[in-house]
Amino acid sequence: MNMTNEQIERYSRHILLQDVGVEGQEKISKGRVLVIGAGGLGAPVLLYLAAAGVGTLGIIDGDVVDLSNLQRQVIHFTEDVGKPKVFSAEEKIKRVNPDVNVITYNRLFTAENALDIIKNYDFIVDGTDNFPIKFLINDACVKAGKPFSHGGILRFEGQTFTYKPGHTCYRCLFHSPPPPDAVPTCSQAGVLGAIAGMLGTIQAGEVLKFLTGTGELLTDRLLSFDAKKMEFRTFKTKHNHKCPICGDNPEITELKESEHGVCDITNKPQ
Amino acid sequence: MAIIKVNGESQELNGTPSILEVIKQNNVLQPDMVSVQVNGEFVHKDNFAATTLKDGDEIDFLYFMGGGQ
Repeated sequence: MNMTNEQIERYSRHILLQDVGVEGQEKISKGRVLVIGAGGLGAPVLLYLAAAGVGTLGIIDGDVVDLSNLQRQVIHFTEDVGKPKVFSAEEKIKRVNPDVNVITYNRLFTAENALDIIKNYDFIVDGTDNFPIKFLINDACVKAGKPFSHGGILRFEGQTFTYKPGHTCYRCLFHSPPPPDAVPTCSQAGVLGAIAGMLGTIQAGEVLKFLTGTGELLTDRLLSFDAKKMEFRTFKTKHNHKCPICGDNPEITELKESEHGVCDITNKPQ
Repeated sequence: MAIIKVNGESQELNGTPSILEVIKQNNVLQPDMVSVQVNGEFVHKDNFAATTLKDGDEIDFLYFMGGGQ
């Protein structure tokens, strides 16, 4: 691929980086990334990946923009209230960077469509807000051998890790989803808006590192922060041999949405 | 007396406390919902009562965080 003068200028701050350069920028431009959820985490992830020139961005979300989203979902604007999130996000991405090819899926991510959708991407980003789908993303990516970034936020806290085949997965850390309402979500307990940006930009950074092969990914580590104290901690983790999906004797052989918390995955405003 | 690192901070605990006791002493909210690593290895919930900690051990509590939208 030959970059135009305009592209060389646009991406000059990447190209200047020794670890990225023209070659790394070309890898970014060939990258195909799926972002599941165009909300609090998806918004910064999509904006930064668009600005970085990721070649193809897939966005899946079945929700429409709600007024209560705007406190943190910075890709959606006041005039977008009522519009499907994927189309609102697509419009902004095109304005940030017309080079990006955007593929929208205006629907929920389900056990039925999961593998069909993720097979087209190099890397998957979890920007969802409920446990059944977080576990489904994990299971689908483990099955398909796709790397993904997990992200979770609540109140003033966030946590993230990056999965690569053979390394710690979400079920290695947390065996199965908590029962419905045992652990609150942001729509129940609230979240400081900027926390979504803090965590989402970490996820976007992981994607760009993955695409360019730079540095060390957040694999076999769980990064967790508490913004009230502004303390960050990294827990070393290990692949769990008793993991129900990637352990020695996996119990999970086919994709299923967990029965737990099904009430959370309706299209109610988040 | 045993000095044990709980989520990175040293705590002095009496005797050889079990994981369950450390969970209680640290007022962990929703103890059923926490994942536990001792010295970097996951311990299954069923073994929280039977697994004891000794001086120098490190225990980490990992919590569910489900938000994102």
